[in-house]
Amino acid sequence: MKFGVLQFPGSCDEVDALHAAGRVGDAELLWHGERDLRGADAIVVPGGFSYGDYLRAGAIARFSPVMESVIAFARDGGLVLGICNGFQVLCEARLLPGALLPNANLRFTFRQVDLEVVEEETAFTCACAGGELERSERAGARGERSEGSAADGHPILSIPAKHSWGRYHADGQTLAAMRERGQVVLRYAPGENFNGSLQDIAGVRNERGNVFGLMPHPEHAVDELTGSSDGLCIFASMRLAVEGARV
Amino acid sequence: MSEAATLPTVKDALALGLTEAEYELICKKQADAGGGAPNQVELAMYSLLWSEHCAYKHSKKLLRTLPTEGRHVVMGPGENAGAVDIGDGLVCAFKVESHNHPSAVEPFQGAATGVGGILRDIFAIGARPIAVLDSLRFGDPSSPRSRYLLDRAVAGIGHYGNSIGVPTVGGELYFEGPYEQNCLVNAMALGIAERKQLVTSAAVGVGNAVVLFGASTGRDGIGGASVLASAELGEDDDKRPTVQVGDPFEEKKLMECSLELLRRGLLVSLQDLGAAGLTSSASEMASKGEVGIDVDVARVPLREADMEPFEIMVSESQERMLCVVEPENVAAVLELCEKWEVGGAAIGSVTDNGRMRVFRGGELVGDMPVRALVDDCPLYDLQPVRPTGTPYPSPEATLPQNSTPNEILLALLASPNIASRRPLFEQYDAIVQSRTVRRPEQADAAVLAVRPLGAIHGLGEGSGPVAGIAVSIDCNGRRVASDPYTGTVGAVLECASNLACVGAEPLGTTNNLNFGNPEKGHIAWQLTEAVRGLGDACRALQAPIVGGNVSLYNESPPTRESAGPIYPTPVIGMVGSLPDVRRAGRLGFAREGEAVAIVGPFEPSLPASELAKLLGRPLPDGLPGIDVETVAAAQAAVREAVRAGAVSSAHDIAEGGLAVALAECCLAGELGAQVSLGEEFFGAEVAAATGREGNWSGIPPVTAAALFGEVSGAFVVSGGEPALLALGERTSVRILGRVGGEALHIDLAENGGPIELTLVEMAQAHGALGELFA
Repeated sequence: MKFGVLQFPGSCDEVDALHAAGRVGDAELLWHGERDLRGADAIVVPGGFSYGDYLRAGAIARFSPVMESVIAFARDGGLVLGICNGFQVLCEARLLPGALLPNANLRFTFRQVDLEVVEEETAFTCACAGGELERSERAGARGERSEGSAADGHPILSIPAKHSWGRYHADGQTLAAMRERGQVVLRYAPGENFNGSLQDIAGVRNERGNVFGLMPHPEHAVDELTGSSDGLCIFASMRLAVEGARV
Repeated sequence: MSEAATLPTVKDALALGLTEAEYELICKKQADAGGGAPNQVELAMYSLLWSEHCAYKHSKKLLRTLPTEGRHVVMGPGENAGAVDIGDGLVCAFKVESHNHPSAVEPFQGAATGVGGILRDIFAIGARPIAVLDSLRFGDPSSPRSRYLLDRAVAGIGHYGNSIGVPTVGGELYFEGPYEQNCLVNAMALGIAERKQLVTSAAVGVGNAVVLFGASTGRDGIGGASVLASAELGEDDDKRPTVQVGDPFEEKKLMECSLELLRRGLLVSLQDLGAAGLTSSASEMASKGEVGIDVDVARVPLREADMEPFEIMVSESQERMLCVVEPENVAAVLELCEKWEVGGAAIGSVTDNGRMRVFRGGELVGDMPVRALVDDCPLYDLQPVRPTGTPYPSPEATLPQNSTPNEILLALLASPNIASRRPLFEQYDAIVQSRTVRRPEQADAAVLAVRPLGAIHGLGEGSGPVAGIAVSIDCNGRRVASDPYTGTVGAVLECASNLACVGAEPLGTTNNLNFGNPEKGHIAWQLTEAVRGLGDACRALQAPIVGGNVSLYNESPPTRESAGPIYPTPVIGMVGSLPDVRRAGRLGFAREGEAVAIVGPFEPSLPASELAKLLGRPLPDGLPGIDVETVAAAQAAVREAVRAGAVSSAHDIAEGGLAVALAECCLAGELGAQVSLGEEFFGAEVAAATGREGNWSGIPPVTAAALFGEVSGAFVVSGGEPALLALGERTSVRILGRVGGEALHIDLAENGGPIELTLVEMAQAHGALGELFA
């Protein structure tokens, strides 16, 4: 199983994503100017500022040579994960519905946030339920703290977020359709939605389920020494999905 | 050489910031070298290199007294950044620099380009930047100007650091009246390099090419170093055009390009372009290599086609680097520049004539001996005069005179100098690069793993130690203003105490000396005393100075409100190492029922404290002396206990004294504590040390001193009682009570009402800075 991690000249978190993916499989950087995905089984579009983002986050990156290949790869059903700026790029490329607007507080904000895994059976979250994440206990504790707004027993992931443009937006019709099709994968837990995203949406997938974007950074939550390893399950899920599809 | 229509005169020299005597000396140097009076290009270049900012003419003699050598030092002052050995074939490069005057004029770009400049210093020696810290000073937050400067400077730091993928892991911030007109924006950066990959800036190899790469050259920042940084800020703020404009995306590409060029072994030497642009980088590279350099300005990629040669030579356009390349490698260098989409052009060559020559095409437009430009600027002796009494007005009282200890503690927690810095650091990415083990407010110092944690597999029980470095930046200007020597010693010790709390041992120190006009006697005295304190403290801690910066003339003219010099502010940045970040210390209380102790010499004093400020007390003339050896012993005891995993938390007692330190430990750990201060805290000895300085807000002076007095080298430590008592073999230990509950309770026996505050009450007060960013 091999992850290809895109590298734009303004990428910042590509090495972090490379290392995180490298914990569950092979991983390689893919230069923005090249079209060859080098046989990657899954693609990660990492965080950062791709081409400086002076026009609009991700607006230029979608036209890069490597993205041409990624778009084709996604159309063929390949798994594509977009993190932060990568999420913005995937929205600009119309691989994901909706758009990311400036945070409600109009500031870059860095915060460790709790995320509810709303959809547990996706290619990006199927490994998030079991293992070390004791869902009921964690969810229960969170429920108590936020006074009754229990997390419905969803697994909770503690993952850092850091961005200026992370307020998820889509029109009402799109949102309703997304809900119906289970496209909202992650929500900010009660009290955690600092950027003003509609319906607390933190991560969404496409209708087909093979493209997923989120604003928080799972690649920065793969080691307890940095505060949490909850993000690792996103990469582990992708591996499961790729290998499951192969069998 | 072409004859300029009219040569500049002494009047032009004065306008460029030179003195008449300096101009005459320049004429003589040029005549000795066979030339005439300096033309426009030459005078512009001399005026910059002979400015305070570039030549350190009022501070160089003092700086020579500082300790710069030690067993860990790999690269000392004089290079773009200093570097210390961190083992395993790696070095840590670091430096702090100021961008004060630009930030006072245009805070967003001033602060942003300050970060950009210090990052270039780090990768100029071949190190990958891994962290940024910032040190900020503004006037009182009640002033709209201060709030504006704070807001924009923080935004500028974030804009640059966040966009380039280098985490901002720490910093410090003080609000004091004397910074109202002259804010301070100092930025520190750290980088890591393989020792064998370090590169210097010395130009060598006659016939080698000189390549300029990065952004194109425009008219921004012309004369920044001389005009902005080397004189007091004047009446008009019409200096905005001299502030440079930063582009972090350009710098990101420049950084990756520079590091790849070095990795491929394509460069002979490398230097960034900062203050005084091409003038200073080319001349200094030539000077260090004892060679000459020819530069052809016609080959410099320009933003505006009609730029004059002198403009090209002095432009401070950001995001540019200069390197020396062997002729056969020039094509490969330019090809790599193309890959990273940065401009690159061979603009000159290394010569053996010891001259800095500027051509425009075939025409020689400037010709100066490198030595005259770089080394022959006259150095001035300071004329220190110890002032009688403090030159600073008393702060305005903000705390009612009859407050209870409870009310005082809440006021201190909400004080702008103590309140939580969360509203600032939440605007910075603290975690990119996967090294950050301790973020802001988790510990007294930032802790970074030497190697990215993502790359280290199989962590957990049974895995080996994970080497780390820790970094702290600090300076309490009010204390330095009260006693420049002791205040500076205190600032150095404070950094070392912060490192001790995470288990780190100092390796080296950097500093940024922010002072007023050194031509005035009392400023000269402050500077002299501060540097003496800096040297003594660094020698005692074996944490030599590996680099730094000086920012003088931080004064505003007397016609302005809140005029005069800033508090003398020798900002100290210290880097240390710890063998295993898995045991890095935390500041917050960790477990119910554990014991809480004061560790280290606890001799609190109130003058110059934060409480004294809230009560409007004048600055004292002198601070109690510090026994550096005793403090160093306490630091060593705490450091070893943290490294051994013997204690659960450690936090040094600083602004606001013991009560604030306890409250901070409670808030960081989300746990209360029950402690009591016995009679030994209020005895005759304490009363004698505290003095009889009247009434401290209606509570006895000894009580005020015990709770809120400030001290050097004492810590609040929690853990098992036997482990805490064991520290008594190396330093003094007093058990105060236990961790637990939802409130901080401090019993004072007969010496005043107890303190009883819930975590919620304290957190609310501590969150006071949020309003500034609402």
